[in-house]
Amino acid sequence: MAEFFTPTTEQEFAENFAQLKPVMNRTEALYESSRCLFCFDAPCIKACPSGIDIPQFIRQINSGNDTGAARTIYEANYFGNACGKVCPTEVLCEGACVYNLQEVKPIEIGRLQSFATTKVIKSGEKLFGPGVDNGKKVAVIGAGPAGISAACELRSLGYEVDVFEAKAQPSGLTVYGVAPYKITNEETLAEMAYLQAQFGYNTHFNSLIKSREELAELENKYDAIFLGIGLGKTNELGLPGEDKINCTGAVEFISELRQHHHEVAVGRKVIVLGGGNTAMDAASESSRLGAETVILAYRRAKEEMGAYDFEYDLAKGVGVKGLFNVAPIEITGNGYVTGVKFIRTETKDGRVQEIAGSEFVETCDMVIKATGQAKQAEFLSLIPGLKLDGKGRIIANAHTGQTANPKYFASGDAWNGGAEVVNAAAEAKLTARGIHAYLS
Amino acid sequence: MPDLSINFAGIKSPNPFWLASAPPTNSGYQVMKAFDAGWGGAVWKTLGVPVVNVSSRYGGVNYRDKRLIGFNNIELISDRPLADNLREIEEVKKRFPNHAVIASLMVQTRQEWHDIVRQSQDAGADGFELNFGCPHGMCERGMGSAVGQEPKVLQMIVEWVMEVATKPVIVKLTPNISDITEPAMAARRGGANAISLINTIQSIVGVDLDQFAPYPIVDGKGSNGGYCGPAVKPIALNMVKNCAQHPDINLPISGIGGIENWRDAVEHILLGASSVQVCTAAMHFGFGIIREMTSGLEQYMVEKGFNTIYDMVGKALPNVLHWEDLNMKYKVTANINEDKCIGCQLCYTACEDGAHQAIKLNAGTRVPEIIEENCVGCNLCSLVCPVEQCITMERTDDGTQHLTWKERTEAGDVPTEFNDEKAGGRHHWVPEPSAALGKERHKTLPGKARVINGETEVPTEA
Ligand SMILES: Cc1cc2nc3c(=O)[nH]c(=O)nc-3n(C[C@H](O)[C@H](O)[C@H](O)COP(=O)(O)OP(=O)(O)OC[C@H]3O[C@@H](n4cnc5c(N)ncnc54)[C@H](O)[C@@H]3O)c2cc1C
Ligand SMILES: Cc1cc2nc3c(=O)[nH]c(=O)nc-3n(C[C@H](O)[C@H](O)[C@H](O)COP(=O)(O)O)c2cc1C
Ligand code: SF4
Ligand code: SF4
Ligand code: SF4
Repeated sequence: MAEFFTPTTEQEFAENFAQLKPVMNRTEALYESSRCLFCFDAPCIKACPSGIDIPQFIRQINSGNDTGAARTIYEANYFGNACGKVCPTEVLCEGACVYNLQEVKPIEIGRLQSFATTKVIKSGEKLFGPGVDNGKKVAVIGAGPAGISAACELRSLGYEVDVFEAKAQPSGLTVYGVAPYKITNEETLAEMAYLQAQFGYNTHFNSLIKSREELAELENKYDAIFLGIGLGKTNELGLPGEDKINCTGAVEFISELRQHHHEVAVGRKVIVLGGGNTAMDAASESSRLGAETVILAYRRAKEEMGAYDFEYDLAKGVGVKGLFNVAPIEITGNGYVTGVKFIRTETKDGRVQEIAGSEFVETCDMVIKATGQAKQAEFLSLIPGLKLDGKGRIIANAHTGQTANPKYFASGDAWNGGAEVVNAAAEAKLTARGIHAYLS
Repeated sequence: MPDLSINFAGIKSPNPFWLASAPPTNSGYQVMKAFDAGWGGAVWKTLGVPVVNVSSRYGGVNYRDKRLIGFNNIELISDRPLADNLREIEEVKKRFPNHAVIASLMVQTRQEWHDIVRQSQDAGADGFELNFGCPHGMCERGMGSAVGQEPKVLQMIVEWVMEVATKPVIVKLTPNISDITEPAMAARRGGANAISLINTIQSIVGVDLDQFAPYPIVDGKGSNGGYCGPAVKPIALNMVKNCAQHPDINLPISGIGGIENWRDAVEHILLGASSVQVCTAAMHFGFGIIREMTSGLEQYMVEKGFNTIYDMVGKALPNVLHWEDLNMKYKVTANINEDKCIGCQLCYTACEDGAHQAIKLNAGTRVPEIIEENCVGCNLCSLVCPVEQCITMERTDDGTQHLTWKERTEAGDVPTEFNDEKAGGRHHWVPEPSAALGKERHKTLPGKARVINGETEVPTEA
C-alpha cells in the first residue's frame, strides 16, 4: 500500500509535501522566543556556519522588534529565510542548543529565523542598500546561494555586479534541489526578489558560460570573477543498462519535481541507489508522489550511511524501506527499467566486499541514482591557472576565496565539495570581502 | 484532614480564601458561583454612592510570554444601586449561611457611614471592610486612599463606624504610604477589629509607544491606576509583616496582594495573615483556581503536621529580623554541580558583569568554574541558573561564630571613614578598569557575537 495518494493537483501536492517547518505565527514566535535562555557565548551561534547572532535575534523577536531580528539575520547570512527552512538544524544550531543537555526540546531556531525574515520579505521593508559606487565590476557565475550571497555583499561594498546563471531562476539548488517539503518555490524566489530589490545586482538568466571565449570576455570586462557554479550532474555508475528509460539521476529527478510538482511521474516501485542525504530526499519524495514501494539500496550497512539520522528517519516515516549491504551490478529491462540486479556485500576491515554467488534481482519500474554529483572539471579547465584538489574541488584561500588564478574567486559547493546552503552563503560573503581586499 | 476553617475577628469562614472586593464580587450571581466553587468568603465590591466608569479600564504587564504578571485598573467602587447590592447580599447569605460575606464600604459623611453600616447589617453582612485604599478616582473626592493616607481622618471614620457597627470591622489599608503601620495603628485606636492589606498601588503599567499615552487608554488619554497581581506580592508580604510584627497593632490581618496559588497564600499566612483575599488571579483564571489553592494548602498542612490555620499564622515572623541583627559570620559560596550544568554560561556573565568576577571559563568545557576566593556568596549565579539545583550555595564557615552589625557597631568595629581599612570590599579582588577594553575584552561579547569567523574544513592554498 502506498503511503500517499498520487497528487494530481497543486493542492494535493502541497498536502503530500507539507512543510516540515511551517512559518510560525506571532504567538508561537513569542512563546518560543520566550524559552530561549540567551546563553553567553551561545553554542548555537558557534554551530551556525554563518555565525548568526541567534540569541540576539531571538531577543529582538521577543521584544517585538521583528525587523531588527531580520536585520541581525541578514547581516550574517543573505539566505536567512531559506536557511531557517532548509538547514539541517538538528546537527547545527538546534543540535548545539543547551536545552539538549537537559533533555528538553531545543529552541526552534530555524523557524524563529524564518518567522522574522518572512515578515520583512512580505512587507518588502528595505534593510540594506548598495554601497557607494566604487567604479569596479565583478562577474558572478552561478546564481546559487554562493553567487547571490557574493553579489549582495559586493553590491554593499560598491561594486557593479553581473550574475550569469545557466537556469531560468535564481537560488541554485535551493529551488532546483532541496526537498519541496523543506521550502516552497514561492518562498525561495520571494527571498531572491527581496534581495535583488535591495542590492540591485544585474541577473542574466539562461546564460550558461561554457567557452573559453566567453570567459575571456568576462576577464576583459570585469575586475574579478566569482565562481559559484556548484556541482554538476549525478555521477554515472558505469553499469550495464543505466541508459534504460526510467533510470534517472536524483538531482535531475528532484529538479523536475521542484519545477513541475505533481506533473512529475514516479514509478509504482522505486529503487533509490545511495546512502546520502540526497538519496533520503529522493526516496521520501518518491513516496510522497504516490509510489507504492520505495526501496533505498545502499552498499554498506545502515550505520555507515552518510545521511543524517533525522533524514533517514524522515524517509522511514513515509514508508521507505532500507536494503543494506547490496551493490547494484546491472539495471535490467528492455527499453524500460524492470529491476536492479544486486550482489550482496559485506564489510571486512572497513572494505566492502562482494559475496560471490549472492546475486539477485529486485524488480522495480524506476531507478533513481543518488550516487553523488559530478564536479565541473571540464568547465573549470577553461580557466587558466585554476587548480583543483584530488577530489575535483577548486583550491582557494579559506579566508579570501581567491583561487590560483588571482582574478578568480570561488565559494560554495564548487569549493567545499558539496555542503549546505548555509555554508555557501557564509563562504561567499567572506569571499566577497576577499575580492574587495584584492581590488582595493 | 486538617481543619481549614477560620474565625477571623469573629467572622467565620470554612476556609481562609476570600475573594477581595473587586469585580469578581460585583454581584450575587458571581459570589454564589464562587461559594459553589469552594471559596470561603467574599468581600463585596465596595458599596457607596454608585459611580460611573470609563472604558477601557484595565492595563496589564506581561513578561515575555507570561500575561498579567501585573495588572492595573482605573475602575471605581460599585456602579450598581445600593439596594440591588443589599438585596443580593441577603439572598447569598440565605443560600450560604456558613460562608463569610463582608460588605466593603466607602462613603463620605458621618451620616452616610451610619446609614450604610446599618443597612448592610440588616442585609445580613457578616462584617465590614472599610475601603481606605483605592488610589485613583475616589481619593480625588476625599475618599479611598486620601483617607488611608491620613491616620487622623482614618481613625475618626473608624470611630463613626464603630458607633453603629454590631459586626466586626476590618480596615483595608492603602500601600501608597511610606509607613504602613501608622494607618494600621490609627485603625486600632479607632476601635477596628482587624486590618486587611494591601489595596492597589498607584501605578502606570505601561505607555503605548504609538499613541504616547499610558495604559489603559481612554480616547487617547490615560490616568494613573491601581497596581495588583503577582508582581505586587513582595510589597504586600513586607507590609503584612510590618503590621504583624508591630507590638501596638495586634489585630488579625487579612493578607491581600498577588495571591494566585496555595504557596502565595501560605507565605502571607506565615508572615501573619489569618485570612487571605484574592482579586487578580480570579479575574485572570476564574473561580476554579480555588480547587488548587485548597488542595495545595491541605497537602502542605498535612506534610507539616499543622491541624489548623492558626498553627502556621506568623510562623516565619521570628525569622524576619532587622538587617543589623543578621549573622555576619555566616558564609556561603557558590558551587556548580557539573553533572547538571548545561553550559549556558549565564552564571558566568552574570557574575562577570553584575557581581564579583568570581566565575571563570576553562578551555575545552562549557561548564564554568567558581573562583572560591572571589565569591562573596551573593546568590546571583544560582538565581540565574536555569537548571534546578545546579548551582547551590554551600556553607563555608564552621557555624560556631555569630556576630551582627549591631554588635560590631557597639564594639566600634565598623568602617566610619571614606577610605576605612574596615571597608568590606577592601581586600577583595577587583580587576583593573582598563582590562575591560584590553585583555579581558573577549569576556563581554565573545566569539561570533563580535566577529564573523568563517573558517571551515576545506581545501586551501597554503
Ligand atoms: C538533492 C539535494 C538536496 C539538498 N538539500 C539541502 C537541504 O535540505 N539543506 C541545505 O542546506 N542544503 C541542501 N543541499 C545542498 C545545497 O543545495 C547546496 O550546498 C547549495 O545549493 C550550494 O550552493 P552553490 O551556490 O554553491 O551551488 P548551487 O546551488 O548548485 O548553485 C550553482 C548555480 O550555478 C549555476 N551554474 C553552474 N555552472 C554554470 C555556468 N557554467 N554558467 C552559468 N551558471 C552556472 C547552476 O545552474 C546553479 O544555479 C541539497 C543538495 C541537493 C543536491
Ligand atoms: C478592577 C479592580 C477593582 C477593584 N476595586 C476595589 C474596590 O472596589 N474596593 C476595594 O477595596 N478594592 C478594590 N480593588 C483592590 C482589590 O480588592 C485587591 O486589594 C487588590 O487587587 C490586590 O489583590 P490581588 O493582587 O489579588 O489582585 C480592585 C482591584 C481591581 C483589579
Ligand atoms: S543555545 Fe538555545 S537557549 Fe542558548 S541562546 Fe542558543 S537557542 Fe537560546
Ligand atoms: S554567589 Fe555571587 S559572587 Fe559568588 S559566584 Fe555567584 S554571582 Fe559570583
Ligand atoms: S548557569 Fe547553571 S547551567 Fe548555566 S553554565 Fe552556569 S551552572 Fe551551568
